[in-house]
Amino acid sequence: MLAVLAYFLLPLFWLAVASTKSTQDLFTSFGLWFSRSPQLLENIRETVTHDDGVFLHWLLNTVLYSVGSALGAALLAAAAGYGFAKYRFRGNNAAFSLVLGAIMIPTTALAIPTYLLFAKVDLVNTPWAIVLPSLVSPFGLYLMRIYAEDAVPDSLLEAARIDGAGEMRIFCTIALRLLAPGLVTVVLFTLVATWNNYFLPLIMLNDPRLYPVTVGLSSWASQAVGGGSGANSNMLALVTTGSLLSIIPLVIAFLLLQRYWQSGLATGGVKQ
Amino acid sequence: MVLFLLMFLTPLGYAAYLSLFQERLIGGTTFVGLDNYVTALKDPLLRDGVLRVAAFFVIQVPLMLLLALLFALALDSGLLRLARVIRLGIFVPYAVPSVVATLMWGYLYGPDFGPFAQLGEKFDLPVPHFLSDGWMLGSLANVVTWEFVGYNMIILYAALRTVPQELYEAAAMDGAGPWRIAWSIKLPALRPALLLTLLFSVIGSFQLFNEPKLLQDIAPDVIDSSYTANLYAYSLAFTGQQVNYAAAVSFLLGLVIVIFSYVVLFTANRRRTS
Repeated sequence: MLAVLAYFLLPLFWLAVASTKSTQDLFTSFGLWFSRSPQLLENIRETVTHDDGVFLHWLLNTVLYSVGSALGAALLAAAAGYGFAKYRFRGNNAAFSLVLGAIMIPTTALAIPTYLLFAKVDLVNTPWAIVLPSLVSPFGLYLMRIYAEDAVPDSLLEAARIDGAGEMRIFCTIALRLLAPGLVTVVLFTLVATWNNYFLPLIMLNDPRLYPVTVGLSSWASQAVGGGSGANSNMLALVTTGSLLSIIPLVIAFLLLQRYWQSGLATGGVKQ
Repeated sequence: MVLFLLMFLTPLGYAAYLSLFQERLIGGTTFVGLDNYVTALKDPLLRDGVLRVAAFFVIQVPLMLLLALLFALALDSGLLRLARVIRLGIFVPYAVPSVVATLMWGYLYGPDFGPFAQLGEKFDLPVPHFLSDGWMLGSLANVVTWEFVGYNMIILYAALRTVPQELYEAAAMDGAGPWRIAWSIKLPALRPALLLTLLFSVIGSFQLFNEPKLLQDIAPDVIDSSYTANLYAYSLAFTGQQVNYAAAVSFLLGLVIVIFSYVVLFTANRRRTS
């Protein structure tokens, strides 16, 4: 089991070690241990200042895109899931099977048509192009429906109605509060999905200032492969350090919130 | 709901609409009916891409799910020390963006400063060239497995935790050993969760894009622009400017995935009833 653990952690260890090295040391010293002159701070400084601090822009963009779409997606999923769970309306079941079908449609197969569509309405190359498609999360909706069925008792809703609360008010003050743990799960997973998304921003954006960190890093990486000369000579060190910096926030988020996502996944995985 | 329809059905509809046209040098865009689909079905590049992805699926997914299942069972058995640390350690790669994961593994594989190549040099051992034609699919499978074993493991583990403790006690009373319990109680309890992970894996592997796209920079000779079906659609739309054909290809790809998912669901369900 320790060998297994090593397999999963070794690449990350390598990354941490590599980000302390200059590009030259990457080639000359052994990959899995520190070189004689570690320069992590130097690397970080260079990563952050390269090209007028474009890396910080990328990080900020990633945070904006992913937090924006995660919160939006969770709210929408909660509203829709709650609606499916607690109201009977015409086409209820048909609509829900449509949602289940949508889980299966690959996001990347949708991405190119979405791009073509956005190009028509001039949304390409704006942050909206990333946030809008990420707002819809069929899996989140599915999770929230299952969660809402259990977590919001019908009697509570009835009592609220008798007391004269409107449906909107019931949802905002009662249901949302009861759904909170499920919401955290959906937020977290949409957050990761958007944070890690590469295909969508790759095709939607062509202004480097708007890139999220994934697209930015990969553009640096291809420069590092192609060049290694002139202004790009230190690119490789920048890529490794940038990679390290970009994974730290998510790893921390997962460690801090583990109680939530574990219970949330249990709900989704067990009840089909 | 409106937004949902907007984001899913509109692109689908638009893709279907676009895929029926063709842009010609003379005469502009014309309606060509299903011509694009006929071309796509005959296209050897697309066929190779789909077949390659299917091969990838057949190798990688069973391996990954088996590993995830093993780890989940091992963690659930309660016999391990440091179970918490191990669980988190295996899960951590999921929080690593696939872009970073691929870059990282790409460097690790690399012949110049990858530690494998360095170790091989030191001890005079032959090290396989991970980025060569024969090894590429395996190398890709390794990257994807590394990323997602933890995720699947957590789903399975969460499902195992919900099995009531009394069941185990009853089974132990009846004289069942740990293996017997794993086989007769834990596995059946895991079936829905396994199905879920399988379904996600189908969807994930058929739209394989990030990993080959990024490794393309390091190994341009091995991975061409049609290495996977999704990569092909991307290059058609953005480097080939064949928007209409690309729409047809991604529509077909989506169809393949949906059909495949239903086949998986169907066979799994039938086995349950028989």
